[in-house]
Amino acid sequence: MARTSDNRDLFPGALEIMILQSLRHKQMHGYALVKHIKQVSDDLLQIEEGSLYPALQRLLREGLLESEEGVSAKGRPTRIYRVTDSGIHHLEKELSSFGKMFDGITRVLAFSQS
Amino acid sequence: MNPLPRLFGRSRRYNDIDVSIEEHIQERADELEAEGMPRKQAEQSARREFGNVGLLQQRSREQWQWPALESLLADLKFTFRRLRKSPGFAITVLLTLAIGIGANTAVFSVINGVLLKPLPYPDSNQLVALWLNAPGASGLANFESGLRLSESMFFTFSEHNHSFQSLGVWVENRANVTGIAQPEEVHTILVSKGLLETLNIPPTLGRWLSAADQDPHGAKRVMLSYGYWQRRFGGDKGVVGRSLQLDSQTREIVGVMPRGFRVVDNDFDLLVPLQFDRSKAILAGFGYNGIARLKPGISISQANADVSRLVETWMSSFSNGPGTNPFYYRVWKISPDFRSLKQQVIGSVTGVLWVVMATVGLVMLIACVNIANLLLVRADSRQNELAVRAALGAGRGRIVRELLIESVTLGMVGGLFALGVAFGGLKLLVAHGPANLPRLSEVALDAGSLTFALILSILSGLFFGSIPALKYSTTRAIAALSGSNRTASDSRSRNRSRNVLVVAQVAMALVLLVSALLMIRTFTALRNVDPGFDDPAHTETVRIYVPDLLISNQTRVTQTLNELSDKIAALPGVQSAAFAGAAPMEGIDPNWDEMAAEGKVYPGGEPPLRLFNYVSPGYFKTMGTKIVAGREYTWDDDYGLRNNIIVSENFARENWGSSQAAVGKRIRQFSNMPWQIIIGVAQDVRHNGVDEKAPEIVYWPAIYNSPYTRTPTIDGLRAVTFVVRSHRAGSEALIADIQRVVWSINANLPVATPGTMQDIYAKSMARTSFTLTMLAIAGSMALLLGIIGIYGVISYAVSQRTREIGIRLALGAQKSELKWMFVRSALSLTVAGVAIGLVSAAAVTQSLKSLLFGISPIDPLTYLTVPLVLCAAAALASYLPARRAASVNPVHALRVD
Repeated sequence: MARTSDNRDLFPGALEIMILQSLRHKQMHGYALVKHIKQVSDDLLQIEEGSLYPALQRLLREGLLESEEGVSAKGRPTRIYRVTDSGIHHLEKELSSFGKMFDGITRVLAFSQS
Repeated sequence: MNPLPRLFGRSRRYNDIDVSIEEHIQERADELEAEGMPRKQAEQSARREFGNVGLLQQRSREQWQWPALESLLADLKFTFRRLRKSPGFAITVLLTLAIGIGANTAVFSVINGVLLKPLPYPDSNQLVALWLNAPGASGLANFESGLRLSESMFFTFSEHNHSFQSLGVWVENRANVTGIAQPEEVHTILVSKGLLETLNIPPTLGRWLSAADQDPHGAKRVMLSYGYWQRRFGGDKGVVGRSLQLDSQTREIVGVMPRGFRVVDNDFDLLVPLQFDRSKAILAGFGYNGIARLKPGISISQANADVSRLVETWMSSFSNGPGTNPFYYRVWKISPDFRSLKQQVIGSVTGVLWVVMATVGLVMLIACVNIANLLLVRADSRQNELAVRAALGAGRGRIVRELLIESVTLGMVGGLFALGVAFGGLKLLVAHGPANLPRLSEVALDAGSLTFALILSILSGLFFGSIPALKYSTTRAIAALSGSNRTASDSRSRNRSRNVLVVAQVAMALVLLVSALLMIRTFTALRNVDPGFDDPAHTETVRIYVPDLLISNQTRVTQTLNELSDKIAALPGVQSAAFAGAAPMEGIDPNWDEMAAEGKVYPGGEPPLRLFNYVSPGYFKTMGTKIVAGREYTWDDDYGLRNNIIVSENFARENWGSSQAAVGKRIRQFSNMPWQIIIGVAQDVRHNGVDEKAPEIVYWPAIYNSPYTRTPTIDGLRAVTFVVRSHRAGSEALIADIQRVVWSINANLPVATPGTMQDIYAKSMARTSFTLTMLAIAGSMALLLGIIGIYGVISYAVSQRTREIGIRLALGAQKSELKWMFVRSALSLTVAGVAIGLVSAAAVTQSLKSLLFGISPIDPLTYLTVPLVLCAAAALASYLPARRAASVNPVHALRVD
């Protein structure tokens, strides 16, 4: 049990954005969400599974997500998470600012390579 | 987000989190099982992949909390629960803290009220005391308050300065009020023009004394203090315009000053205008305290420069009469050395107060060290619990925080109790502090004190908590849990912090004990000083003043006083009675002036100034002051106005080598005066206090030819201290008898400030005895805490090493050797503490120098005694637990858990 802190490979806010983006198209419960992110990222991102849950609670608190009782694929009781309208709005805003940031970073990196 | 629904929906949220996480782990385990892992292993693996489940649950929940506050509350709840479970520990710590913080808060309140708070006047930082230095006025030994201003200086300085908005002089006095109730002696303050303007506190009723009221030929007016107004007029608002009889003179009341108003630091009943007559002002008469308010932007040194050029102006504008040289005062080298009024008010008490503050601070530190020691022991017993919590995912910061919260809570609760202690302590301090403590009326347990108590509580909590917190946050879980502490004695490093604390305690206790012992030695040295009078407890003193308007003729005054002293001496139980201008140590100097011995040539042409006292026949006999040569005055000498005089032994020795040689020699005050023949030489008297050297004194009779008038005028005592030798001294009955005798002679004469010489004598030692009491209390507390500290450490060591002792005994160790082993370890700690303490004490006691009398700050006896006492105490404190160690039964010891 070496690290209990947030995964330092991600910058602040990245996890929240990925959660919102993942849930945007389909509501999911926790385990499915983790699996989804892992699969989509081809395991490139080292996310500690558990670190998702504090982030989910943070998004719930901000009103960007909603949760409801449901059952998992195996029929166990769990909670299903869904993005709210303000969640989508927030996501759009964040995505565009991320986009600008990535553009900037990419250009700087491209310049130093040439 | 609105916090209220957040608070109420929280248990549902917590449940959601738990359900979600549990489902996550189960689902992952299912997957792993499906891949072929056994169920048990799969679950373990799923949990491992998830991370620290407890911590993540906690983090998730924290999203719904005010995390800082809530975990604080949880810790607090836990702390209180654990304190309730060990009441002995809690009570010991809280009591120690209550006393420690309480004492510190009380002393701080005094320091705050006396030293730190600004004086209670508007823009009080502009106020300066007009202090003059006159190094050339040789013989003027009692220069504690500098050279005061004369009437003519007041006129010169206030008319020509460029530095002050206003300037005024004042002097304390006593006067008799008649016609209201019983004749009463009241405290008056005589004020010049400009004084009330300088202090700038508006009256509560009526108006200030005006410039017109200062006209010597104008109407006679007076102002009341708030207290006098309440006491004598019942707070009647119609008092303005009424009048009272002050020293048999009718004066109209023009106003009342507000409650708490004091002139500089002096309480008073009445404010009376000085009514200086400029046309009659002469150079001399340096009897007035000056204060001024600086113009904005003017510094004290600028004011000094401004006024120093006025000294010449003063000499050329006034004189001491025809034929005198006004520029004589150049010899005195008068120069202004103004200082802030606050500095003047506080005076010499600063040192004592800081010593007391440092003392109680040191005791507090020792107490904190003791508590830290207790906490270390306690944390030791919690080591397993802490290790388990660390293993379960509690971060190091979390554990440190919890330990600190516990200690700060202790500090704050202790601080709460401390307020009670501080309240009581402050009352005690104010009642028993040095009687001459300035600004005593401004001392209170106010917001400043409360803030101080709060900060001290938190800081001390952090201090004594940080020692165990630092130590145990780094504890390795494995070592603690593997049970290594069950089989072996403590390692050296585990004991080191406790040992360091004990060494520190011993060192601090030594410093305090050395200081206390130095003060005790000072006190005995003072007690052994011959003050120049004997049996003060059986000498009653009262002040009586015969105003000019009551009896104007001086011979009549003297006859009245003579008759009084005869009648008092005839009272039952009274051996003798007499009077003088001032009794020793009363703080009154009846006069100072030059005095030339016949045939002696003085450097600079002017003889030095001497203290003058004026005494009635029988005064020396009544006081128990020995006449070492010649004789006392008789009433025949007095009424015959014979040019006789009595001098003190040191004056006689200085001029003629011995007391015997002085009798019959001649001295005189001014060259135009007849010679006075010395008829007696009196033993030296410590007029200015036990710790001040006895001044040379010239004793004039109670009635004499005035040296200060050009036409021959008879002058003499009007304001006197009666001294009455009687075994009834100090009793109310004697005062009542004296009062009756006084009234039988004149019904308008009040008897004031009754007391015994013992009271006056004790007052003169008040500073020493106060410091001594505080240091003695602090020193004994430090000693006690030190002993408890040593006892605690050794008995803890014994209990921790029971098994080792058992093994030693089983292997044949001698019991006496075992005892010695523990006593020796205590002694080596003590010796280390003593060594550090001795060095610190030698440095610290230098600051006590001004409070010491007759001994050096490095008094060998003190520096030998205290270490011995400490070592003996340490040996005793360690012997008790050591004896327990030796009585250990090896069989039982080895069988313990």
